[in-house]
Amino acid sequence: MMVRIKLYQRNGSEKMYLNSIVTDPEAFQRYYDIAVSSLLPLAKGALFYTIPLSIISFIIGIVLALLTALARLSSIKILKVIANVYVSIIRGTPLLVQLFIIFYGLPNVGITLDPFIAATIGFSLNVGAYSSEIIRGAILSIPNGQWEAGYSIGMNYVQNLRRIILPQAVRVSVPPLSNTFISLIKDSSLAALILVTEMFRVAQQIASTNYEFLLLYTEVAVLYWIICFPLSLIQQRLEHHFGRHLKR
Amino acid sequence: MISINGLSKRFGDLEVLKNISLEVDKGKVIVVIGPSGSGKTTLLRCLNVLEVPTSGFVQISNKQLDFSNHVSKRDITEFRKLTGMVFQSYNLFPHKTALQNVMEGPITVKKQDKSVARKKAEQLLGKVGLGDKLDFYPFQLSGGQQQRVGIARALAMEPEVMLFDEPTSALDPELVGDVLKVMKELANEGMTMIVVTHEMKFAKEVADEVIFMDGGYIVEKGDPKTIFTLPKEARTKQFLQLIQ
Repeated sequence: MMVRIKLYQRNGSEKMYLNSIVTDPEAFQRYYDIAVSSLLPLAKGALFYTIPLSIISFIIGIVLALLTALARLSSIKILKVIANVYVSIIRGTPLLVQLFIIFYGLPNVGITLDPFIAATIGFSLNVGAYSSEIIRGAILSIPNGQWEAGYSIGMNYVQNLRRIILPQAVRVSVPPLSNTFISLIKDSSLAALILVTEMFRVAQQIASTNYEFLLLYTEVAVLYWIICFPLSLIQQRLEHHFGRHLKR
Repeated sequence: MISINGLSKRFGDLEVLKNISLEVDKGKVIVVIGPSGSGKTTLLRCLNVLEVPTSGFVQISNKQLDFSNHVSKRDITEFRKLTGMVFQSYNLFPHKTALQNVMEGPITVKKQDKSVARKKAEQLLGKVGLGDKLDFYPFQLSGGQQQRVGIARALAMEPEVMLFDEPTSALDPELVGDVLKVMKELANEGMTMIVVTHEMKFAKEVADEVIFMDGGYIVEKGDPKTIFTLPKEARTKQFLQLIQ
């Protein structure tokens, strides 16, 4: 069966017909070569930028999130206010705009940042704000009797938090935090727009030389999926690990 | 041993404890009875400062807190180490085994060596009849067993006083006996205990003194025989009639 795909070039004036890759061995070979030859640069983009950017931002973000959650739960008013303002600003403005302010905006006041650093700051602040609500909710879900039991054996706030409350809160927050991490990996493609040569930007660069946008962007989508897929398996294992003391 | 003077606690407009004063000698077992809302649980929780009293003075052993002034968190934490608390709903740490529950205080708070804490915890769990359940998680234990772990956990901190907040109220009837037995043994060993309970039989058999509370006051106190057979106050009589 003949399948024809109509492709319009960007200016739209010139029509080009391509035989489908299924029926035209030559076209298939060309697509195959491009896909294979772009694998290495794409993998480099993932290994050197996408993955480290996501992991570093996530770790910093979680620390920020914990501090923010504790500040919001504390009885000290000024800490509460600072945390509330931070969460409100980050959640109320687009991530892309935040990245542009950090990378393109701050040089106007004399702060010029390396693209990777700028992206790390932007993503960390984001994870911090969104995950703080996850962690706050997880802490609030632990019954008050657990705090009291900890205090009753002489613990102070920090000991109680570290030994009794957080280990239980972790289990509750594994599913939503896994969501956050997977979202972060995909959102890291926005770093392409502040010149970080992460996986998506590499795809853009290759596609701009051979005009195979559909092929390259599909390939990069598949690669994102390949990175994200094992994470759901890790999530299951973590849930099992932290829930081993619970009745099923 | 314990000296309470002019202790008051209010939650907003509601005054739950009204100017309570009480002396308890070392080794005595005090049972507190009274209708719900009488303030007996709050009194207990004020003694280990899970509730911070509005005003008043509490002394246990050689440490004292005066709640008329501001009391720092550090002082409260130190003061809590004098008391062991057993909760109505056990409040065991669900992510830790029976053994780990008992070891937690000595390791984290007292900075004891793990092997020392373990030995002590094994001995305490043996004492409450759970020597064969060391590695069980709370969800694998019955209510009565959980409560006995709770008692062992409190004892591990070697408190001067043990506070029991309705320790058998959440238990199925057939499990109450094991917990009361452990508490009786403790009393016989000379532990100072304050017990809030509805177990009148336990009060009659074990208490050195019974305190009847109502409306935030100590209405009447005395030895169990007198309180249960010849109560002076009308409200005490009324309450005892209702429950017997």
